[in-house]
Amino acid sequence: MAKILEKKELAPRTHYLRVHAPVIATHARPGQFVIIRLHEKGERIPLTIADSDSSVGSITLIVQEIGGTTKQIALLRTGDDIRDVLGPLGAPSEIENFGTVVLLGGGFGIAAIHPIAKALRQAGNTIISIVGARTKHLLIMEREMQAVSHEFVVMTDDGSYGRMGLVIEPLREMIEQGRAIHRVVAIGPLPMMRAVAELTRPHGIPTVVSLNPVMVDGTGMCGGCRVTVGEHTKFACVDGPEFDAHLVNFDELAARSRMYREFEELHVCRIEERLQQHEVPQGVAGQ
Amino acid sequence: MTLTPQERMKIPRHPLPAQPPELRVQCFAEVALGYDEQTAREEAMRCLQCKRPYCVDGCPVAIDIPGFLKEIVAGNIDVAAAIIKKTNSLPSICGRVCPQETQCEERCVLAKKGQPVAIGALERFVADYDRRYRLTKPEVTVKASGKKIAVVGSGPAGLTAAGTLAQMGHAVTIFEALHEPGGVLVYGIPEFRLPKEIVREEVSSLLDLGVEFNLNVLVGRTLTIDELFAAGYSAVFLAPGAGVPQFMGIPGENLNGVSSANEFLTRVNLMKAFLFPEYDTPVYCGKHVAVIGGGNTAMDAARTAKRLGPEKVYIVYRRSEKEMPARREEIEHAKEEGIEFMCLTAPVAYHSNSRGWVEEMECIRMELSEPDESGRRRPVPVPNSNFRVPVDTVIVAIGAKTNDLIVKTTGGLTVAKKGYLLVDPETQMTTRPGIFAGGDIAGGEATVIAAMGQGRVAAHSIHRYVLERG
Ligand SMILES: Cc1cc2nc3c(=O)[nH]c(=O)nc-3n(C[C@H](O)[C@H](O)[C@H](O)COP(=O)(O)OP(=O)(O)OC[C@H]3O[C@@H](n4cnc5c(N)ncnc54)[C@H](O)[C@@H]3O)c2cc1C
Ligand code: FES
Repeated sequence: MAKILEKKELAPRTHYLRVHAPVIATHARPGQFVIIRLHEKGERIPLTIADSDSSVGSITLIVQEIGGTTKQIALLRTGDDIRDVLGPLGAPSEIENFGTVVLLGGGFGIAAIHPIAKALRQAGNTIISIVGARTKHLLIMEREMQAVSHEFVVMTDDGSYGRMGLVIEPLREMIEQGRAIHRVVAIGPLPMMRAVAELTRPHGIPTVVSLNPVMVDGTGMCGGCRVTVGEHTKFACVDGPEFDAHLVNFDELAARSRMYREFEELHVCRIEERLQQHEVPQGVAGQ
Repeated sequence: MTLTPQERMKIPRHPLPAQPPELRVQCFAEVALGYDEQTAREEAMRCLQCKRPYCVDGCPVAIDIPGFLKEIVAGNIDVAAAIIKKTNSLPSICGRVCPQETQCEERCVLAKKGQPVAIGALERFVADYDRRYRLTKPEVTVKASGKKIAVVGSGPAGLTAAGTLAQMGHAVTIFEALHEPGGVLVYGIPEFRLPKEIVREEVSSLLDLGVEFNLNVLVGRTLTIDELFAAGYSAVFLAPGAGVPQFMGIPGENLNGVSSANEFLTRVNLMKAFLFPEYDTPVYCGKHVAVIGGGNTAMDAARTAKRLGPEKVYIVYRRSEKEMPARREEIEHAKEEGIEFMCLTAPVAYHSNSRGWVEEMECIRMELSEPDESGRRRPVPVPNSNFRVPVDTVIVAIGAKTNDLIVKTTGGLTVAKKGYLLVDPETQMTTRPGIFAGGDIAGGEATVIAAMGQGRVAAHSIHRYVLERG
């Protein structure tokens, strides 16, 4: 059981949870994630560790309501328990002094990019962050990102805040201007990560993406999370979640991420039904 | 009642009653039903009480088989249970999952006539009787040693070592990555073959012995072995199994609809996906299912799939049925349940529809040539024999390999062939003093009973090790 120490809504359908998990908090490194299971009947889903504080033994999770489980998370309150939290999982991000690093965060991917940006800054890199959201009120962690960046750009699809356009635009301009970029890290929706990979490929800029395929155990036991990287099949939960963007087979990844979509829709319907009947499994909705 | 050997040999072997196939494929309830007391007694009477019991040689943990069979005949089931439990702490599990036909029953003198004593079914009978009437109860009879021992993994090897060590007075903590203890017994082997209730009872009897379970801990990530030593554990037993599923590396293996048996079985067994959407985890199972492989995992996957309602389920195996490593009973049960066997056949590619889902399996016919290092005849492809079968679900069950996480995060361990940990077979100690290993991680048989046997051996050497070091 892991207690939720703090829960708030960062943006519509995007939730912030600080969870008591002292052992994970002392071991977590940027780029790693946890697998959680909400209750006895719950599924296991991966969530990025957005922050950790070993002094109080807490980890921070940022959750966007997408499927059945994340919709149940939305209903949790401070003081509720999460039945199982396993982590930290996955290989930590490579953190060293590369020089200038451009970090791109799309949507709630910003939550995942933040701890990496922070660590890269501490390692002495010059940090250029480009963060984006569909519209102003969906943008999360702006202040935190700004604080760790030497240069900071905000993009919104509709131009309601910052510049209008996709996060890839400023990166394209920087490359065109011939600025020295030693590494790019992109975390966000698949089409965004793929576009970044295509953009940097001809310029040979080392580019890292963090993949979030379907996972079950998160320990390397099921192979549900397999992705093709170069010639090899990799298990994202143990070999990743970060991979060389230029080697990732995005077509396959996109197809595989649809494998359980129909079930997910059914699941969401069912959860909503449960909510209407106020028969939410124990430990999910408040008291 | 005393029978002459001739009279004993006249009694035919009693088949193990089972649910009728047409009913059982509609549910996950246990298939084999077990003997009643009368049948058990009659079956036990078939034992000739050989002076030199070869069956015992066939048992990886050398249970005194004639001894416990004799007690069944005498009606002393509690004594029979105590005899079995001297060397086997999980008999209700082993009675259900051991490959008796290649172990004890193969060596039974009556096997020559094809009718060995049903030792497995009798072990199961005794163990179930013992559980039902709580005849034997493990307890700690010695005083606490003051030593803390860590066990990594809660499969049969870990559970056995933990129970044995606890009974010797040590404070044992099991660290398990998953949210439920049991290893393959809970995530792999299906309910209809091994009811999870039995595993839970074994776990609860360990709790009674004072064993602590620390679930949701992936050793190597959540905690390292060195941290365990630093936290005051005097020895560590590694029993993380060999759980990484293997794939064949053929085109189309990452298409939608293709998964490992571990994923498929974990979704259904551990996560209860057959109860979706009451349970949150889904499992995909289409109309035409191909399961690749011929071991227990393949049979379990095929029979599990069958229960999810497809039109056809195939087992695709590259050798002939005779070479299949699965337990005989599982092969028979699978056939009774309508699973179609495509032997001497190997998939070479999977073809997809326009949406990235598997639609066809391309296979090649095989023939058997010379025996390979495993002693089984090696399958070789028949040129130009390719053919295609429409399938929308493929479950790959061709074996598993070890996870290198612990080795990578722990100094001083040595890896032998295929990623197995190198251990001294006498003691199960690895190349780093204080760290012991057993079960699938240490290679060997890859059976529940072998894992259990190694867990027991390791427990005894850990006991000696920690006491010697004061
Ligand atoms: C589907 C299937 C059917 C089978 N059927 C039979 C059968 O009928 N008869 C038979 O005799 N054998 C059968 N086997 C084989 C048998 O189950 C195994 O040989 C046996 O379970 C091995 O036991 P173990 O204790 O070594 O490991 P496992 O049972 O594999 O347990 C290992 C445990 O360790 C945990 N773990 C792994 N890494 C870590 C870590 N780093 N930190 C913490 N925990 C960790 C895992 O989560 C797991 O719970 C079957 C196997 C499968 C997959
Ligand atoms: S999630 Fe199961 S192997 Fe990665």
